Amino acid sequence: MSVRRSHWAAGSLLGLALLAPGQLLAAGDTLTMGMVLEPPHLDPTAGAAAAIDEVVYANIFEGLTRIDERGVVAPALAASWTISDDGLVYSFALHEGVTFHDGTAMDSADVVFSLERAMAEDSTNAQKGLFEPIEAVSAPDALSVEITLKRPTSGFLFNLGWGDAVIVAPESADGNKANPVGTGPFKFVAWAKGDKVEIARNDDYWGEAVALTSATFKFIADPTSAMAALMAGDVDAFANVPAPESLAQFEADPRFEVVIGSTEGETILAMNNKQPPLDDVRVRQAIALALDRQAIVDGAMFGYGIPIGTHFAPHHPAYVDLTGLYATDVDKAKALLAEAGAEDLKLTLKLPPPSYARRGGEIIQAQLAEVGIEAEIIPVEWAQWLEQVFRGKDFDLTIVSHTEPMDIGIYGREDYYFQYGAPEFQALMADLAAATDEAAQFAILGQAQQMIADDSVNGFLFQLAKHGVWKAEVEGLWHNSPVQANDLTGVSWAQ
Amino acid sequence: MISAVGQKLIAVLATLLVASMVVFTVMEVLPGDPATVILGINARADTLAALRAELGLDRPVVERYGLWLWGMLQGDFGQSYTYSVPVAELIAERVVVSLPLALMALVLATVIGVAAGVGAAALAVRPGAAGLGDPLMVGLAQIGIAIPNFWFAMLLIMLFAVWLGWVPAGGFAGWDAGVGPALLSLLLPAISLALPQAAILTRITRSAVIEALSEDYIRTARARGLTRSQTLWRHALPNALIPIVTIMGLQFSFLVAGTIIIENVFYLPGIGRLIFQAIAQRDLIVVESLVMLLVAFVILVSFLVDLLYITLDPRLRVP
Repeated sequence: MSVRRSHWAAGSLLGLALLAPGQLLAAGDTLTMGMVLEPPHLDPTAGAAAAIDEVVYANIFEGLTRIDERGVVAPALAASWTISDDGLVYSFALHEGVTFHDGTAMDSADVVFSLERAMAEDSTNAQKGLFEPIEAVSAPDALSVEITLKRPTSGFLFNLGWGDAVIVAPESADGNKANPVGTGPFKFVAWAKGDKVEIARNDDYWGEAVALTSATFKFIADPTSAMAALMAGDVDAFANVPAPESLAQFEADPRFEVVIGSTEGETILAMNNKQPPLDDVRVRQAIALALDRQAIVDGAMFGYGIPIGTHFAPHHPAYVDLTGLYATDVDKAKALLAEAGAEDLKLTLKLPPPSYARRGGEIIQAQLAEVGIEAEIIPVEWAQWLEQVFRGKDFDLTIVSHTEPMDIGIYGREDYYFQYGAPEFQALMADLAAATDEAAQFAILGQAQQMIADDSVNGFLFQLAKHGVWKAEVEGLWHNSPVQANDLTGVSWAQ
Repeated sequence: MISAVGQKLIAVLATLLVASMVVFTVMEVLPGDPATVILGINARADTLAALRAELGLDRPVVERYGLWLWGMLQGDFGQSYTYSVPVAELIAERVVVSLPLALMALVLATVIGVAAGVGAAALAVRPGAAGLGDPLMVGLAQIGIAIPNFWFAMLLIMLFAVWLGWVPAGGFAGWDAGVGPALLSLLLPAISLALPQAAILTRITRSAVIEALSEDYIRTARARGLTRSQTLWRHALPNALIPIVTIMGLQFSFLVAGTIIIENVFYLPGIGRLIFQAIAQRDLIVVESLVMLLVAFVILVSFLVDLLYITLDPRLRVP
């Protein structure tokens, strides 16, 4: 690394001489990773902020299961498990010799504690719904855990792999926000708030030791500053660069590797399905027909992002390509609007801060104008979006990326902000939960995708891409992001 | 004298009280529920209620205002909703970045602004030779005022961090790393903050000094045999200091506000970035406490400026 540095700092000999000593250290055993948002705290069981998991998931905390880079469930603290024939009883066998970072042993009592804490009445777990199917948790012995469900739940092992379901210790759980104590291959060292979080290798880790001896997460909110920090060598990697417009520059630079991966972020033009005239399926279909997805991807995301025709990740094996269903057709859209008696339509379009929404919104406004819909853009902050759009349902249209994995189930919730919840769809979701074999699950998921596309519940835009940029010598970072995490367990520097 | 100080004190306390009411009301009216921001879109109603109870948000508004005010009087600023640590601790961590940054910028702005302003004035009034020096200085000052500081900051980063590699592109080395590295990481931010202020000071100083130079006592001083530069530094500048100090007092408040943008560009963990994050995350108590702190700070600075006037101008010293 130092060789390369001198090569490109050669613009000035003086510059080389003045390099801070820290920058010349061989980078072989430590990694500085840039992140846009700083986590509010470091307890994944008490907050929804993606930035929490982006620091702690798989690095500091582990659950019974985990989700790997492909989005598949893998064993973590549970070495193995069996499921009863009726799909109601899950028996887990825990790994032996696992300790928390404070030295206390991790056993079945900690698992029972963690799950019961998440389910408790005063729980502040942001995904409490994941634990709702659980009837009871028990510990037959120190290394086995038995979970009984109220009803068969096909995604249960996946749900246990969420960051919100990690195993914590009763002795340290209350302090995890500031001083996270987990079982992972890295332990927490320090958090300079507003600046960085430092972690170091856990030498007592129960599993395979990681290659890095330490790592730093540095928080840089401004996209231009993020780019400069990469160029200056202050950070080694940005798992998701906030400015897609700068990617071309990094692609042309041999010092860096640019990796475009997929995420679970279905980006949609959400419509208020109960708000006239959007309660008319013809109006919603007309809006879908007005959209030119590729133009939105090109204009708002600089070409990065895969157009979608329904609320499902294109990389998932159960995905059905429905992008042809509403191929752009201005005349047909106008005809549908006329049929519905909704000409000269005026709608509000509330846009949260991310660039996909703000930039995409302007393009969509122009596309809607083509079919005679006047969209009034109202920029909002996230806190306002949550209050007005999500809770207050005071909106016509909004643009948002739904980043939770496998979240098509939100279409079954009638009180969810876009207010769909068709009974036929709810029936499909009930079937899905009860279906235990994969073929049957995929068939139901296909039907569900088709149903929400036929009903044109929302305008389905594109799958958010993950724009990773890192130094060419860094190996083992995730290319895709099936869960919001920066898993550093497999990361190393090329020799 | 005592009653004057007493009146001043009452005015300060009244200002602080009104400020506290305004800040609290504004943050209450602002849409956005802290519990929803923390728990996100999948949170269930019972979870949100549990968190609101934990944060004390389920209490009536007046009660919360009273508790907050009472706490502050006792030096307790409360607990941050998002970070779950005492607000005072958060602020203390940040002040050690923002205060040196603002001071450094003020020193830079003063040194550059006063020197350039006096220089420009001297060149402007030099008899006979109407050189290019003064228009050049005035032109540069105009550019300095016109350039947005965040854009200038990016240029500095591109040149000194990315291209030359002399300094890091941002971040704060921390005082633990030693005074040298810490000050080095504040250098570019301080320059970016100082530039527009230096430009304003240049113009103010220039016109104040030119005005002073046209006074009778300058002619008298010259007649007594003082050189041009002796009259400039001994007589013209001291008499021009009142408007300069007034502007500097105003500028220090602007510098503190400017740190919000500059700290984001340089990702410095200072007060400005904390305010920015706290507003976005609806960490109401942090925002409220920080604004109160800034209000108190601005009042303190204007008080110090008043004191400075008395030092600078003997006529203001009431016997």
